[in-house]
Amino acid sequence: MSAGIDWVALTVFVFFFALVTVMGFFAARWKAGPVDSHLDEWGLGGRQFGTWITWFLVGGDFYTAYTVIAVPALVYAVGAYGFFALPYTIIVYPFVFAVMPLLWKAAHAKGHVTAADVVLEAHGSRGLELAVAITGMVATMPYIALQLIGMGVVIQAIGLTGELPIIAAFVILALYTYSSGLRAPALIAFVKDIMIYIVVLVAIVVVPAQLGGYGAVFSAANDAFAAKGGATGLILKPQQMLAYATLALGSALAAFMYPHTLTGIFASKSADTIRKNAILLPAYTLLLGLIALLGYMAHAAHIKVASNNDVVPVLFKTLFSSWFAGFAFAAIAIGALVPAAVMSIGAANLFTRNVWKSYVNPDISHAGEASVAKVVSLIVKLGALAFTIFLPTQYALDLQLLGGLWILQTFPALVFGLFTRWFRASGLLLGWAAGTLWGSWTAWSNGLKPLATIELGGASYVFYVGLGALILNVVVAVIVTVILNLVSPRSIARS
Amino acid sequence: MWVLLLVPYVGLLWVPFYNFEEPVLFGFPFFYWYQLAWVPICSLLIWIVYRSRTPDETP
Repeated sequence: MSAGIDWVALTVFVFFFALVTVMGFFAARWKAGPVDSHLDEWGLGGRQFGTWITWFLVGGDFYTAYTVIAVPALVYAVGAYGFFALPYTIIVYPFVFAVMPLLWKAAHAKGHVTAADVVLEAHGSRGLELAVAITGMVATMPYIALQLIGMGVVIQAIGLTGELPIIAAFVILALYTYSSGLRAPALIAFVKDIMIYIVVLVAIVVVPAQLGGYGAVFSAANDAFAAKGGATGLILKPQQMLAYATLALGSALAAFMYPHTLTGIFASKSADTIRKNAILLPAYTLLLGLIALLGYMAHAAHIKVASNNDVVPVLFKTLFSSWFAGFAFAAIAIGALVPAAVMSIGAANLFTRNVWKSYVNPDISHAGEASVAKVVSLIVKLGALAFTIFLPTQYALDLQLLGGLWILQTFPALVFGLFTRWFRASGLLLGWAAGTLWGSWTAWSNGLKPLATIELGGASYVFYVGLGALILNVVVAVIVTVILNLVSPRSIARS
Repeated sequence: MWVLLLVPYVGLLWVPFYNFEEPVLFGFPFFYWYQLAWVPICSLLIWIVYRSRTPDETP
């Protein structure tokens, strides 16, 4: 990477950053509501986002800066295996279509703001509510840190060194999220998503043209993997296929269990908004598939990088003119702000409703809830910032991995409760505990890799730990429920 | 109708079915264009289920 600042890129970058900052502060006046007096207004934007705002918001916060940096990085490093993000972000949508409208209805009817609210209503267990709330908060924190890391990577590519730029960006984000709540990232998502679409559409046309077409891109990547050896290649090695499928399925089931994606759901104005979005959001997946190919384009362009995460910034710097590189970097950095904001709001909503209100101040007023949430979201962001500055990047990566595993274990409590009340709360809680403990221990013993191996009939199968943990979770929940139904049947018939 | 929602799972989770380079389309190996093709197909399937919902199903 060149020493020194790319002034053209920096100017363009700062311009767009300033633009979204202004938008962030004015967002409170957009579709105005009493942001300080009710958690629905600050934390859910007034529950009024229609199809297109939801599309921009959920798209902007599901497909994050980290996605744009990390997916090509993995594809660059190992090839086909890194593409699991593509089937994952396709199969998630039939699930969203079938399940999320029901969740919306349950939340809308009772004024629920968080997953834990819905779980408490469905199963009547404070323990389960707390388990879901803590899992949500803990799983979200490293994810915020990773957005900061993604932002840091592009800021470095412009030539700025040190932590001051990230700190400045984040403090500004913290301030307008504090004042405007969910409206801020919703409004900024328009800018971010349009910018990302422009960047990717240009990249997928211009870059291969410079490199000799897609055939040349794939063949260059193939040569690179042939030289590298190991479990890399343009297609999967036989032992990678089960891992690929289970990573895709596990990630798909976990994706809408996170507080930030759920916040986007709860903020919608109707169940139908969500159904329409299940049809329209896959456009972003097409984008993701093409972004992933940047990893191969890096091979065709003979990019050399110190760390895999630098692949996208270095590729853009090499192949784009300065001003467009600045535009692209701004898109990615802003692409970190939207999810970071929504993640911190989601975590704040959880703490406010399911820890503060449940255990500290049950008589809290609506305005009180909004105040608590605002402060907590500030603390969460500052905590993520401190984490990024003072701890090695690897910690954030490891915790994010565990976070995905943990959040997946809330699936039975949240989703099963929408369809049936057969499961006993204790069963779900023990299932959650079993899945979380087994999954964490297994990942830990594998050096915090997401894969576990099982030996069956002489052959060994490598699969995603999170999905294995979920299966264990459900099995335990079923067994415990059956036992409890035998030992102490419910006196009132439950549907 | 709702069974259409399961089709993408079959199409994408049975990995041995599509883990190949041939046939190549527009320079893309099969593994890649097959998965990318599922994006519009999945949207279409969900849209079909959406349109097939009867009016008396709650909104």
